[in-house]
Parts: sequence; structure tokens; C-alpha cells
Amino acid sequence: MNSKASNISAYVFLILAALCSVFPLYYMAIAATNTSVDVIRGTLLPGTHLFQNFSNLVAGTPLGIAMKNSLVNATSLTILSLVICSIAGYGFEIFHTKGKDVVMNILLLAMMIPFASTMIPLFRMFGQMGLVGSTVAVILPTISTPFLIMLFRQSSRDFPHEIIEAARIDGLNEIMIFFRLFIPTMKSTYSAAAVITFMGAWNNYLWPRVILLQKETMTMPMLISNLKAGYVTDYGMLMLAVLICTLPTVVIFFFFQKSFAEGISGSVK
Amino acid sequence: MSEQLPTTQKKTGLSFSSKRSLTGWGFLLPASLLIAWMSFYPMVRALILSFQTGPGSRLTFLHPFYQNYARMFKDEMFRMSLSNTFIYLIIQVPIMLVLALIMANLLNNKKLKFKGVFRTAIFLPCATSLVSYSLIFRTLFANDGFVNTILLNLNIIEHGINWLGNTGTARFVLILALIWRWTGYNMVFYLAALQNLDYSTFEAARIDGANAFQLFTRVTVPQLKPMILLTAIVSTNGTLQLFDESWNLTNGGPAGTTMTMSHYLYEVSFQKSSNFGYASALSYVILLLVAVLALIQMKVGDKR
Repeated sequence: MNSKASNISAYVFLILAALCSVFPLYYMAIAATNTSVDVIRGTLLPGTHLFQNFSNLVAGTPLGIAMKNSLVNATSLTILSLVICSIAGYGFEIFHTKGKDVVMNILLLAMMIPFASTMIPLFRMFGQMGLVGSTVAVILPTISTPFLIMLFRQSSRDFPHEIIEAARIDGLNEIMIFFRLFIPTMKSTYSAAAVITFMGAWNNYLWPRVILLQKETMTMPMLISNLKAGYVTDYGMLMLAVLICTLPTVVIFFFFQKSFAEGISGSVK
Repeated sequence: MSEQLPTTQKKTGLSFSSKRSLTGWGFLLPASLLIAWMSFYPMVRALILSFQTGPGSRLTFLHPFYQNYARMFKDEMFRMSLSNTFIYLIIQVPIMLVLALIMANLLNNKKLKFKGVFRTAIFLPCATSLVSYSLIFRTLFANDGFVNTILLNLNIIEHGINWLGNTGTARFVLILALIWRWTGYNMVFYLAALQNLDYSTFEAARIDGANAFQLFTRVTVPQLKPMILLTAIVSTNGTLQLFDESWNLTNGGPAGTTMTMSHYLYEVSFQKSSNFGYASALSYVILLLVAVLALIQMKVGDKR
């Protein structure tokens, strides 16, 4: 009896938690299809205003530009980040020496540096280089992260050394071994790293806001944030914009949930 | 290994290994240089900046050099943002971590049905950007928003609550939003850790007559301690750097009573009369707090 009661309370708790987790997103999707008036009335059913909201959004904001910028920034950051951090993680593990351990420990300290305390000097550095407003300036500070280096270092541990030895005897050089043997065998680590890096880059707000000043370089989070500024908010349109900004990461989440989970908890095994 | 090799080969072997070590350095050079250039170097620059004053193009050193730091003690807005940040930290982080622990523990039950559905649903908020969920919560808790509409229709309240216009309720909404966004994230850490636990300890406790609650508090939680410590440090670090929520959900208001430190730092840096020197001093306070709190948590974690 006792275990049955606790079983039921477990289900009740989990159902409530699941509903609370999903509801705000359901509300967002519903509001995106309704008029602002209906949203205010508290409707929880899909409406017929989706197309109208969309054309209002396209007419009132640089949606296409922001979407393109976010895609370009997040994709280029992800590719560069994966190559540079994985080659470093691999280097730390496969060519392990005490000196490299020291370097790794120093790099790990960078994890504790709040972005706030590098933001202003970074802004001035990119200003001096004449790069304010460029893609390079947006992505450069976050290409190399101790977190990803650690993730790849951990996974390099599972990479069989015999393969490397065999490849060396076959005359492959170290860079070829990395690109031809390591990358293809470590697909799951790469997809985990890609998912978290892309999501982080897509969702990043503070730094793009600081470094990208013009409308032409606006990203999706900046676009939706600007929509709240007006005196009268068109809730239907606002929620559609939020939905469009959220859709790519939610789709990635559903397809790569396992990779995502591995990615965030992966380097702490 | 090398001891077994004849001397002639030993020599070439050594040069091989030192060559390889050099290749290894080459492999980690780009990443290391980038971190040095994009994190450590700016951190040093920020320290120098924190002793300076003036507009970005004409910075001069202060006399005495610690003037920016002294100024903070008299800065009401700074004190407010500091105490706001600590209110979020002290209330939100423990609630979130306890909830995440409970959920992970429930989901770890092998007999539980629809496990995947629950896990996906609770984890889902992590897929939304910080700006997105801030705006969703802002809409839900607007004066004419969904929460007021429902409460009015159910006759629970007579007049709509100005959620984001009052200090107490605005802080409540911000904390609620943070819990919503991050509980699933921490749950994933605990789920990963639970899978590596030693099940014989559970069997032993069960045979000794421990109930589910005792099993959780006496067996599970102590074994998860390293992971709890890690999530506490990560969450503390994140809370001290809150910006997107403060900016987009409450806009720091009313009258700055929900403004976080990073939000204030942004205002000092880029709004009104921008003051990079003072902002850098503020950023060093955040840096110090992150470091000190992490150290304290590690010390406490070690002792227990």
C-alpha cells in the first residue's frame, strides 16, 4: 500500500513538472497563431492569425536578415570551434606530457572568468582592429573554450592507441591520423559538441548586442528583444517572433536530445 | 619500454618522441593561443582599465588608483544590483537543485512508465534561448497577460496584479522563470551521475529496512555529492552573470530593484555616460565573487 501511494505521488509530481515545463512553450506556439486581442483574452486554442502575424513581422522587422546572420554566425562558430578544440583535446591526450598538463590546468582557469570581466577590453580590442560589427568579432571570443577541449580530451581516452601506432607504421602523418581516423570514429562526441556549441551560439545575446551595432548585422535574439520596446505590444506577433527564434534549437533538441545531454554533462564523467 | 631498446635505437626513439611531443604542442597551440588572447589578455586589460577613468579614447590613471573601487561603496545602484543578485542566488539555486535532484531520482526508477516522455518534457526548456523564455514569461505575467486573466476569471483576485511593476512580485517572476529554465539542465547532470552509482549499496539499505525517503537522503544524495558540488558551482557562476533575464524580463525594474550586476555593468559601460573604467572595476568584483564562492563551495564540499 505504502509503495503504491508513493508511486502515485511520484507520477503526480512528474506529470505536474512536465506540464509546467511544456506549458510556456505551448502558450508561445498558441499565441503565435492568434491576434493580440485573443492572446489577452487568454485563449489556449490555435487561432487563424498566424499568416497575418507573419506578414506583420516580415513588414516590421528585418526577420530574413536576422535569421541569416544567426545561421551564419552559429554555423561558422560551430565548425571552427569543433576543429580547433578537438585537435587541442586530442593533442593533450595523445601527446600527453607533464608540460601539457600544466597548460591544460591554466586553460581550465579560463572557465571561471566571467564574460563580464573580458567584455569591455574585447570591445575595445575589436574597435582598434576595426572589426566592430563583423562576424569575426562575434565568434572569435568563443571559438576556443576549455569546456570543449576537456570534452574532446576525455573522449580521446577511448580512442585505441593501436590504431594510431598502426597508422604511423603505414606512414600516415599525425595530422592525417587525426583527420582520417580520429574524426570519423568520434562521431558521437562531435555531434554532442556541435549541438551544444550551435545552441549556445544561436542563443547568445550579450556579446552580439555589444559588438553588433547596425541593423544589417542583427541576430534573432536581438530582433525579438527589440520587439518588446514599443508601448503597445502585439503579443501575437511577438510570440511568433519568439517561436521562430526558438524553433531551430527546439528541432535540434528533439533530434539530438541524447547528444545534447551528453554534451552538457559529458566532460564531467 | 625504452630500457629494452638497444642504444642506437634508443637515440632515434627519443628523437621520435620529442618530435611527437612537438607535434602535440602544435595541435594545442591554436586553441591555447585563442584562450590566452580572448580571455586572459582581456582580463589583464580589464584590471588596468579598472584603475583608469575617462571616455574610451582618452583614458587616464586615477589618483589614488583604487578610486573606482572606493566609489562602489557609495554607489546605491551597485549595492542594489549586488543584493538582487544574491537574493536570486540564495533563493533560486537551492530550490532548483533540490527539485532537479528529486526529479532525477524519480526518473531513475527502472519500473517507471513514460520515463522518456517525462525526461524530454522537463529537459525541453533548455532548448529555448534566454531571451526567448524571458519574453514568454514577460508576456505570461504582463498586466493583461495570461496569469492575470486566469486568476481574474477564477475570482482568485479582484484586480489584476502588476507582476512586473512591484519589486516583490517581479523578483518572484524572475526566480520562477530561472527555475523553469534550468531545473531540467541540472537534472541531466544528476541522471548521468545516478547511472554510475553502485547498486549494491541500495540493496543493502533496502534489506536494512530503509524507506524511499531514507534511501534518497542517506544513500543517493551522499553518493551524488561531487555532482551536487559541481552543479552548485556552475549555477552560482551563472547566477552571478545573469543579464538576459534582467534585461528582457523585468528590464531591471521597477526602479532597478530587480537589476543584476551584469545588467548594471552593461548600463555603466554602454548606456548614458559610458564609463569603461568604473565598469571594469565592477567586472572585477564579479570575477572575485565567482572565484571566492567557488572556493568556499569546494571547501564546504570537501569537509562534508
